[in-house]
Amino acid sequence: MVTNITSFGRSGLSDWLMQRVSAVVLALYAVFIVAYLLFNPDLDYYTWSGLFAQTWMRIFSLLAFISMAAHAWIGLWTVTTDYLKPTHLRVGAQTVIILAIFVFLVWGIQILWGA
Amino acid sequence: MSNLQVSVYRYNPETDSAPYMQEFQVDTKGRDLMVLDVLHLMKEQDSGLAYRRSCREGVCGSDGMNMNGKNGLACITPLSDVVKGGKLTLRPLPGLPVIRDMVVDMGMFYKQYERIQPYLQNETPAPAIERLQSPEDRDKLDGLYECILCACCSTSCPSFWWNPDKFVGPAGLLQSYRFLADSRDTATRERLSELEDPFSLFRCRGIMNCVAVCPKGLNPTRAIGKIREMLLADAT
Repeated sequence: MVTNITSFGRSGLSDWLMQRVSAVVLALYAVFIVAYLLFNPDLDYYTWSGLFAQTWMRIFSLLAFISMAAHAWIGLWTVTTDYLKPTHLRVGAQTVIILAIFVFLVWGIQILWGA
Repeated sequence: MSNLQVSVYRYNPETDSAPYMQEFQVDTKGRDLMVLDVLHLMKEQDSGLAYRRSCREGVCGSDGMNMNGKNGLACITPLSDVVKGGKLTLRPLPGLPVIRDMVVDMGMFYKQYERIQPYLQNETPAPAIERLQSPEDRDKLDGLYECILCACCSTSCPSFWWNPDKFVGPAGLLQSYRFLADSRDTATRERLSELEDPFSLFRCRGIMNCVAVCPKGLNPTRAIGKIREMLLADAT
C-alpha cells in the first residue's frame, strides 16, 4: 500500500477524475473569455465590469478559479513527487504551492465580489 | 567488407570508477544482422563484454537493451531498423542499476510485478477437472498474456524512472489487467483497491512510450485505461 498525505484528494482515482473535470471547466472558461474579447473589440471598463457584475458570470468565474486551484494542486503535487527527492525540499515546496493556491483563490474571490 | 561502428556502454564496478563508452569496429560482411549477432561478433573481439541473452528469438526477453536511444530486444531487431549513419550505440535498459556492462539489476521491476499478485485467485471450490471459460471470455486475455517481462516498456517510462518503488509500471499494470479481465479470477475488488492510490496506477501520464517500444506489439496504456474505467465504475 502506497500512502500519501499532501495530495489533493488523498486518492489517485479522485485526483485523476478531478484533474479531468477541472480541465474541462478551465477549457470552457478560456474559450468563453477569448470569444468574448474577440466579439467585443472596443471593450471599455463599463462593459467589462458589467459582465462580471452578473451572478452567472461570478458563478462561472468562481468555478473556474476553484478548478484552477484543484488542477494546480494535483498537477504540481505530481511534479514535486516526481522530481524533488529530498523529503524536506519536497514537503517545503508542496507547502509553498498549497499556500500560494489558497492566497490566489481568496484574492480571486475578493476581486469578483469586491468591486 | 562493411564496417559498422558500434559504441557500447561498459562498466565493471570492481575495476572502473565510472562507466564509459567503448568503440568497436564490426565487420557485418554486408548482411542485415540482428543486433544480438553484432554483440556476439564484439564478444569475439573482447570476451569481457557482458550482456544477457538466451533464446535469441524474441521469446525469453533476456536481451532487452537500449539501441540508438530506443528500447527493444537485440535478438529480433535488425540493424536496418536501428542503425543511423553507420553508427550503433548500445546502452543498458535505462533507469535500472547496472551490475556490469549491459547487465542490469531487474530487482525493482520484479518487485512491482510481484505486487500485482500475478496469479489466478479464485475463492470458489476447485472443480474436478478445470475452471471453464467461454471462448469470448478467453478472447479478452489476448494482447495481455503475451507479455514476456523483458522490461523494455517499464524502463522507457519516465514515471517508472522517477518512482520505481511506488509506480507499478506498464509491464506490471498490463499483467494486473490480465487478471482483472480474467473471468475465472474473483479477487477483482482486492486487486483494484491496491491500485487506487496516486502512485501505483495513476502515475501513468499516458505518454505511450511503453506502446512504442513493446517488442511483442502489446498496449499497456490501453490496459491502464481499462483499469481506470473499472476503478471509476466501482467508486462512483
